[in-house]
Amino acid sequence: MSELSKAERMKLPRQAMPEQKPDIRKVNFKEVPHGYTPEQAMAEASRCIECKKPKCIAGCPVEVDIPGFIRLVMDGKFAEASRKIKETNSLPAICGRVCPQEEQCEVVCTLAKKFTPVAIGNLERFVADYERDNNLTELPEIAPPTGKKVAIVGSGPAGLTVAGDLIKLGHQVTIFEALHKPGGVLVYGIPEFRLPKEIVKAEVDYLKQMGVEVKTSHIVGKLDTIDELFDQDYDAIFIGTGAGLPNFMRIPGENLNGVYSANEYLTRSNLMKAYDFPNADTPIARGKNVAVLGGGNTAMDAVRTALRLGAENAYIIYRRSQVEMPARAAEIHHAEEEGIQFLLLTNPVRFIGNGEGRVERMECIRMELGEPDDSGRCRPVPIEGSNFEIEVDTVVVAIGNSSNPLVPRTTPGMDTNKWGNILVNEETMESSRPGVFAGGDIVTGGATVILAAGAGKKAARAIHEYVMNKE
Amino acid sequence: MVKVLEHYHLGENNYKIVFEVPELVKKAQPGQFVVLRISEEGERIPMSIGDMDPEKGSLTVIYQVIGKTTALMATLKPGEHIMDCVGPLGNPSHVDKKGKYMVIGGGIGIAPVHPAAKKARENGNEVFGIIGARTKDLLFFEDEMRKACDHLYVCTDDGSYGEKGFVTDVLKRLIDEGNKPDFILAIGPVPMMKAVCATSKPYDIETWVSVNPIMIDGTGMCGACRVSVGGITKFGCVDGPDFDGHLLDFDELTSRLRMYHQMEKESMEQFEKKQPCYIGLKESSKKSA
Repeated sequence: MSELSKAERMKLPRQAMPEQKPDIRKVNFKEVPHGYTPEQAMAEASRCIECKKPKCIAGCPVEVDIPGFIRLVMDGKFAEASRKIKETNSLPAICGRVCPQEEQCEVVCTLAKKFTPVAIGNLERFVADYERDNNLTELPEIAPPTGKKVAIVGSGPAGLTVAGDLIKLGHQVTIFEALHKPGGVLVYGIPEFRLPKEIVKAEVDYLKQMGVEVKTSHIVGKLDTIDELFDQDYDAIFIGTGAGLPNFMRIPGENLNGVYSANEYLTRSNLMKAYDFPNADTPIARGKNVAVLGGGNTAMDAVRTALRLGAENAYIIYRRSQVEMPARAAEIHHAEEEGIQFLLLTNPVRFIGNGEGRVERMECIRMELGEPDDSGRCRPVPIEGSNFEIEVDTVVVAIGNSSNPLVPRTTPGMDTNKWGNILVNEETMESSRPGVFAGGDIVTGGATVILAAGAGKKAARAIHEYVMNKE
Repeated sequence: MVKVLEHYHLGENNYKIVFEVPELVKKAQPGQFVVLRISEEGERIPMSIGDMDPEKGSLTVIYQVIGKTTALMATLKPGEHIMDCVGPLGNPSHVDKKGKYMVIGGGIGIAPVHPAAKKARENGNEVFGIIGARTKDLLFFEDEMRKACDHLYVCTDDGSYGEKGFVTDVLKRLIDEGNKPDFILAIGPVPMMKAVCATSKPYDIETWVSVNPIMIDGTGMCGACRVSVGGITKFGCVDGPDFDGHLLDFDELTSRLRMYHQMEKESMEQFEKKQPCYIGLKESSKKSA
């Protein structure tokens, strides 16, 4: 293929991702895309014209050498390609699946101007899966022990990234996780059909093999404080506790039974396996008419979960239009294919109970778009008198999270903003408490896996410097 | 994995179980709770702390068998393990100096008022305790509570032990006799806590109650444990579990606790079919607590 000229390569069609058909997948929890075959991966890689000044690298929050790994795919060196990515991104199998590539690396791809961009995400996913499925994962070289101890609070994407980077540098690393399984949002939040749990487990096992200690069911902020961790001779601490405090609409009827936060709904189904009730003990409402409020990835995950739990009508209720939806394009597309009904420019006003404490209907109001607000998106304005009701027995509120208070509340001297997010130096991710670093959603508010991983990268570099210069 | 050190049947469906959790018990304060998970496929359930012994590293939970998870827990023998016991969660109870400090424990709620009574007395309060249950067989911790309180009053609904009547009858009598408390901590079934608050409100006695809503993580992440306090939504886990009982919406709490009633029944029926003799402990190791 590489004998083709640039112009010819640009015209090759983008390889479509093979996936489960909508009718089949909407009733199972198995992963939707099957992944590329080696032939497809090589064909897709050959579309890369190897720009002299590649823009894709700068589009990636962790600056993966994208043309470098794609070149290796083109040559059939798949495991090598995966290792190339791992030089800067410890979680390629995960990021290949959940990154919003269309806003990051793929949007700036030179091909995107005239044709479709190279499927960078699909290729990343392919090489990471190839390496893992063929047992080609090699442990990286680990620097001689430095004698320094680092504690990581939270085992989500930020914490896992910090752990991976610091263990390679020879530090002793312990991750503290509040839940009974490591992975944070990757296990409790993102459903199996989008990110199989075995992949998260493989990433965590890889860290363990490198020597990272993982303590589950250990709640920092309760069982011990940040100060007490320092007393246990940790030289530095990284806080990656995520955005774990769900926001609600604050409208009447929100505490009726059947109204969930997305965190609760997804945790029940994913971490607690409520889809398998009564074989698993945790129950979940199997609603007939399910409305999910919000337009982000979490909302898409929740509404597609509802469908798989047997919903006859599964709605997305979003106050802006589809253009403003923060969800990945692929998720919206998959949701549409599966028959999710989108009620756009619509906002709930109140929830109405059945007289026995259970939600039965929801009153909504139509919206129109006004002037752009601070976020740059058009402000939704209610259209007076346009109220209407829909029948719902389950509602999932997926409008974001506030910061979890457990660690900030128990850490004197660590400054937070008015929303409780930890304030950090943006270069080093160090907080106002020397030796305490933070990254991910606890700093930024709800964001993406890759931004959390990117923050973890920065923090790991700074932590290394900090502990090595410490007496 | 967390080891079971002791396990007793107390009477009817009530059990006392003691876990080995040395790190946790060092930090636990009266009023806090733990989240337990018994088996790999098990649910996560919040449980009040009934007693703690930092020297032995042990933590006591009193529970009632009401569904599959508690039925399964009742089958555990000392030396066996559960998957997790996480905590200490929630905020400690108000046990600072109030003057006349009253604890009221109803049924299973006798357990969590016990450590609060001990601590309140250490803090210089004159501690009044009222414990009550439907019938004699459901009472426990009488000796422990007698030690923890300056004055203890015991009642049963059916009069089979102590005074005949509800805890609210005793409370009313004590107030009428001139022993109006400065502060009440009431823990027990929702109707009991609601009745205590209704009794204390006309006298303007600050009354706090402890809620035990449905939870998953217990750290603020899931929001299942929402309660309304003075019309504002609070999370039982990170804002509670104790709330001002005169502001709490008890009816909403009752309704939310029944959210999965039907599914819980289904789960229990399936469990009983598979494991008809889960009540083994009842027969084999009946022992007073």
